[in-house]
Amino acid sequence: MITPKPAHLQPAYDVVVVGGGPAGLAAAQGAREAGAERVLVIDREPEPGGILQQCIHPGFGLHHFGEELTGPEYAQRAIGQALEHEVDVLAGAYVLDVSGDRRLKITSRDHGLAFVDAGAVVLAMGARERTRGAIRIPGERPAGVMTAGFAQKLVNLGGLLPGKRVVILGSGDIGLIMARRLVLEGVEVLGVFELLPHANGLNRNIVQCLHDFDIPLHLSTTVVDIHGRERVERVTLAPVDEALKPKLDEAWDVLCDTLLLSIGLVPDNELAHRLGLRLDPVTTGPVVTSTMETSRDGVFACGNVVHIHDLVDYVSQESLLAGRGAGAFATGATQRPDNVRLTPGLNVRYCVPPTITTEREHTVYMRVTKPMAPCTLRLGDVYERPLRYVFPGEMLTLKVRPRFLEGFHGGSLRVDVVPRDEEPTRAPRRPAATKDDPEVRPGGEEA
Amino acid sequence: MGDQERDTTVSHYLCIGCPLGCRVEVEDRSGEIVEIRGQSCKKGDVFARQEHTDPRRVVTTTVAVRDGLWPRLPVKTQGDVPKAKIVEVCRLLHRLELEAPVTMGQVIIADVLGTGVDVVASRDLPRV
Repeated sequence: MITPKPAHLQPAYDVVVVGGGPAGLAAAQGAREAGAERVLVIDREPEPGGILQQCIHPGFGLHHFGEELTGPEYAQRAIGQALEHEVDVLAGAYVLDVSGDRRLKITSRDHGLAFVDAGAVVLAMGARERTRGAIRIPGERPAGVMTAGFAQKLVNLGGLLPGKRVVILGSGDIGLIMARRLVLEGVEVLGVFELLPHANGLNRNIVQCLHDFDIPLHLSTTVVDIHGRERVERVTLAPVDEALKPKLDEAWDVLCDTLLLSIGLVPDNELAHRLGLRLDPVTTGPVVTSTMETSRDGVFACGNVVHIHDLVDYVSQESLLAGRGAGAFATGATQRPDNVRLTPGLNVRYCVPPTITTEREHTVYMRVTKPMAPCTLRLGDVYERPLRYVFPGEMLTLKVRPRFLEGFHGGSLRVDVVPRDEEPTRAPRRPAATKDDPEVRPGGEEA
Repeated sequence: MGDQERDTTVSHYLCIGCPLGCRVEVEDRSGEIVEIRGQSCKKGDVFARQEHTDPRRVVTTTVAVRDGLWPRLPVKTQGDVPKAKIVEVCRLLHRLELEAPVTMGQVIIADVLGTGVDVVASRDLPRV
């Protein structure tokens, strides 16, 4: 059931999920699968589906659904699956607060305040886009400076154009996709400008969004000033040196009425802060166990709230797991605590989850700090695998099987990714990766 | 300069097969591919060959809708269409106005521009 009215709800649920995007929908389904009877998803939009509803381009679902879908198609399938599992959805409502005893304070425009109690809570609010303030662009403060994802919502759901002459700062996939989208809507896109010496987005988007429409990509360039009283009138651009410092004597102006920012995402963790959850300084999301439980009993988290994913498919898979954990917690099932810590070692930024058990199979997501090709991924001295390449923008997934850890009795394993040519020569380690082994799978499509 | 050299062109393609992004060169003599260089695996060869001879894309855009949950409906071409037709397909779709409700997969334009490919709705859009 999808309803906008809290009056239709029950006073208490086994599991309440905050956020009805792909993470929340999969978590709700997972909770039902784990035996939770009453499961509620709360979403602030008039319908569930999350950001997928505005991502009208293809590239989603290859791993999770086995075919390539657009965002709205993926969303509709995920919603269908949740409803088939008899999940309730409260739409158009916002969770203001979650108390330590898992009582949620909810508000909505038409129905005021409401409270609901939860046996377990799953945080699945996703991420927010970084804004002008995050990179401190100097200048005036006119209208017309907005994030690329917000412009995407205006265009694709609202049928509104953000402006007529647009400059895009940041070469993330959302920015590239919006460059094409705006051109197809008749907007002039003057260029995509990237601070770093390389593009952030997928090659597929460089080709199909920029090259196809002759939109220039300027690397090692950034916006150093914004001009305009009421509305953006022009921006000043400048190349940067190796230390990313703008070379102001080489700056030039571009006349435009809109500046779109595609400069990264950060986990939306207002509720995590209110709950006092332990946060990871690298991901800025909550620290979770291998069942995606946070530092507070009965509070779980999944999706972009925990770490920024590049594939929605992995969000769904991680969130099914979180939902199962929450469902098990709510129905009183006990789970063995994690007994192995994964420590990010050489060239590894983070691992999620940071702890695992020796008795179940785990999917571990990780990011590297720099591009390397070819290289070797090594899990302590129990497992290793050669990789053709790794990139910081592409999440690595590693299936850790119990048999890797059969002879292992320590408390922690270091995860390294080392370029092949920097490797000391030594005897092969066991067990060697076999053909039918789980791939260490680099990602592939845009999120 | 001989005839053969005059008809020879070299085109460059950025391979989208993986993040390595190989710069692949296609050498073409009078419309025949004579050499493909720069790729580091088979994907690069297949990609550059396709891009050189018949580049195709799935097109996604939106169509105006009256009385729907949102004023726009996302649509897609059911398969890929020639790259040169992307803009024309969008222009055609932008002239339409539908009325809600719409269901996912509903054909919005059949055989768009004679490509043999249908444009379909990417989602249900309920009436409000």
